Amino acid sequence: MASPPHALSSAQVSAALGRAARWNIPEILFWLVAVGAYFALPTRHLILNEIAILGLFAVSLDLILGYAGIVSLGHAAFFGLGAYTAGLLAKHGFGDPLLGLAAAAAMAAALGLVTSFLVLRGADLTKLMVTLGVALVLGEVANQMSWLTGGADGLQGVNMKPVLGLFEFDIFGSVAYAYSLAVTFVLVVVARRIVSSPFGLSLRSIRDNPLRARAIGIPVNRRLVAVYTLSAAYAGIAGALLAQTTQFVSLEVLAFHRSADVLLVLTIGGVGYLYGGLIGAVVFKVLQDFLSAITPQYWQFWIGVILVVMVLAGRERMTEKARDLVRRVTGRGRPTSGAAPAAGGH
Amino acid sequence: MLTILFDGIAYGMLLFVLACGLAVTLGLMNFVNLAHGAFAMAGGYVMAVMVNRLGVPFLLTLPFAFAVPALIGLVLERTLYQRLYTRNHLDQVLFSIGLVFMAVASVDYVMGSQEQLVQLPSWLKGRTEVLGIQVGIYRSFIIAVCSVLVIVLQLILTRTRFGSRLRAAVDDPRVARGLGINVSLIFATTFAFGSGLAGLGGALGAEILGLDPTFPLKFMIYFLIVVTVGGTTSITGPFVASLLLGVADVAGKYYVPSAGAFVIYTLMIVILVLRPQGLFARPR
Amino acid sequence: MAAVLETTSLVRRFGGLVATDNVTFSLEKGARHALIGPNGAGKTTFINLLTGVLQPTSGRIVLEGQDITGLKPEDRVRRGLARTFQINQLFGGMTPMETLALAVSERNGGGRDWWRPLGRASGMAEEIGELATRFRLTDVLEEKTVNLAYGKQRLLELAVAFACKPRVLLLDEPAAGVPEAERQELLDTVASLPRDVSVLLIEHDMDLVFSFADRISVLVNGALFTEGTVQEVSTDPKVRAVYLGESVDD
Repeated sequence: MASPPHALSSAQVSAALGRAARWNIPEILFWLVAVGAYFALPTRHLILNEIAILGLFAVSLDLILGYAGIVSLGHAAFFGLGAYTAGLLAKHGFGDPLLGLAAAAAMAAALGLVTSFLVLRGADLTKLMVTLGVALVLGEVANQMSWLTGGADGLQGVNMKPVLGLFEFDIFGSVAYAYSLAVTFVLVVVARRIVSSPFGLSLRSIRDNPLRARAIGIPVNRRLVAVYTLSAAYAGIAGALLAQTTQFVSLEVLAFHRSADVLLVLTIGGVGYLYGGLIGAVVFKVLQDFLSAITPQYWQFWIGVILVVMVLAGRERMTEKARDLVRRVTGRGRPTSGAAPAAGGH
Repeated sequence: MLTILFDGIAYGMLLFVLACGLAVTLGLMNFVNLAHGAFAMAGGYVMAVMVNRLGVPFLLTLPFAFAVPALIGLVLERTLYQRLYTRNHLDQVLFSIGLVFMAVASVDYVMGSQEQLVQLPSWLKGRTEVLGIQVGIYRSFIIAVCSVLVIVLQLILTRTRFGSRLRAAVDDPRVARGLGINVSLIFATTFAFGSGLAGLGGALGAEILGLDPTFPLKFMIYFLIVVTVGGTTSITGPFVASLLLGVADVAGKYYVPSAGAFVIYTLMIVILVLRPQGLFARPR
Repeated sequence: MAAVLETTSLVRRFGGLVATDNVTFSLEKGARHALIGPNGAGKTTFINLLTGVLQPTSGRIVLEGQDITGLKPEDRVRRGLARTFQINQLFGGMTPMETLALAVSERNGGGRDWWRPLGRASGMAEEIGELATRFRLTDVLEEKTVNLAYGKQRLLELAVAFACKPRVLLLDEPAAGVPEAERQELLDTVASLPRDVSVLLIEHDMDLVFSFADRISVLVNGALFTEGTVQEVSTDPKVRAVYLGESVDD
């Protein structure tokens, strides 16, 4: 078959398809800065730890919102379940952190799997209500089962063993930050691998056009169930990190505002490219720190202002612009029409 | 037992007045307005301030509890809300959560975070016996006021020109526009009216529901339940859903206090899973 | 010749309305078969029944000897029944290259592969190259689909369906809305589809029908009105009567 002049070689096609999976400079810089913060800001390890956890939580939401288009108002359900799972395990003598993470992930994934069948029915509003409802039910259960969870007083007596048997958690949060950052890093690496796989591409296609996705043979519901479950597991691990590093769990892990906050965090950073959650977490926590220093207690007002302004200004356009900028700076991404296809190479 | 039923009905009626504006927002413009409770809170605080600080009699404050939120609703609808009707649900959710956060923090800043206690006039206090049932006078008052409101609403919707236009617009905004109905005007009016009703409900309900800055968040889920379970195609659906929710909530708290709101939320999920369009939706 | 796709007494009612009325139809292997009918004749409903978007009220659908009446749309695609849409249904945020990669990888069961990066599967790149050449998409492979010219989008619409390696391809008005300048490219592409794919063409455009099809079925009021060769149908006075007022090119 005679190829037209523009035709790409198979190697070029392979390279172009695999491009999303390759690491780029801003990404590497991001993680270097995160590691650098450990040494540069030795007094801020506690807040850095919170950022890492919130970032992971937002990444988990991005998996369903950005890659499958499900708006959830109750993502705290999985976060909270993970937190209580890890906290309770540690309280009853199983204080190994990694064991706690695994258990939290399993419990949250199980809840995600079961509730996904409820969530995937109906329209947007029904989804909102059901996700919200699941979180509320869980909050209510945790509140009522105070013999187990400590109820409104919170879960006391969480005793963590050292990470890997070597690093004891300290009151400055140093080990905590290193631990949370490492876990978040590993999970983000896994997540980016997943979203740039054929499975990940099929999720994007479902978000774009479920009708066509079905018409090329994609079992849409099964894929959504899978990603919902995965996202729940991630959220559970984030919750477990919080329980382990603070050695305390309160009912607040299941609260509505936690679900709303994580939605906000993700929106600030931008939906649909994984790093949005992490960047959003940095911005959110820094803002929170800054605003509550000026107007303690009322910083929520400013969060509200930010939300309203962001939506009115066109949230998606802002993210799109930011992403285009990153692309242009790094030369990554799709060459525009006419550009040599090999431009995005190595 | 009958007392519980009675209290539940009073509670349900209140919920209906609070939530019916939301049904219209959702049904007409498909707008997810999580900030609806903020208008109710506004009404409650208008009443509380007038009674407690200015010494205005309770009954006289009610028109203001309606008018102030209605006005706020009208202004916000014209300036902000109407820009977002065509946006996706995520934007609407974020926007209205933002409004709630602002409302909660502002009220906290101005009024303090404590619960507002309002002295009811003495003729509304106490209990009396009707047909052998112990009933609270204030709850009877609420039932009476809300019943009148429901009947008036129903009459407006079914008997007036405005009502038939509103129904046409809810059924199919595009067709309604084609018929020369000014949907945007209808919606602004209805939005303001719904906000006003929410405010009135907030004022009436301050005594029963409690009134503090977290009100919009605490009751958001209840309003949403009424609307999603009741459906948005008529006001009968939300009305029945309100009564059911009211009775179930009061009875649940009385008989199985340990289960808390658990029953309500579970029931909501089950209903929504079985009937995603709401309990009383017309089959399409 | 053997039938590759058959329907037996297919009925679909919406309330009191009979949208598909007792249609018994068969598509021969390798056929170029057109389904025509005036607006509202039930062509879309019929396609939706074939592809599984709708379930029939009664009747059976058989694909290569296997009953597929109860199968979900995605399972029918896996068994070799693919379609294009009258109105483009594409993934606007993805490039044609990604779109084709997705279709190819789903066909090979690669969609369950959540670990290997896209494009590593053997033969994938070669196949995308072939598809791109066949459907004249090589020069736009890396552009965002929403930014493509309409004609290119129509070609992509065909290419995605073809990438599913169907035995039966349902083309729903493939040339609809394509500007004159881009039209010939599209018609050539349709005409050069390989013969081992049986094609059912749903079309309004009689030029396209007469140049492409060797058999024609006419659907009126949900029922099969007549069927025959192009010659038979185009000279049938009853068909002309049905189409009176419709645009039939003489």
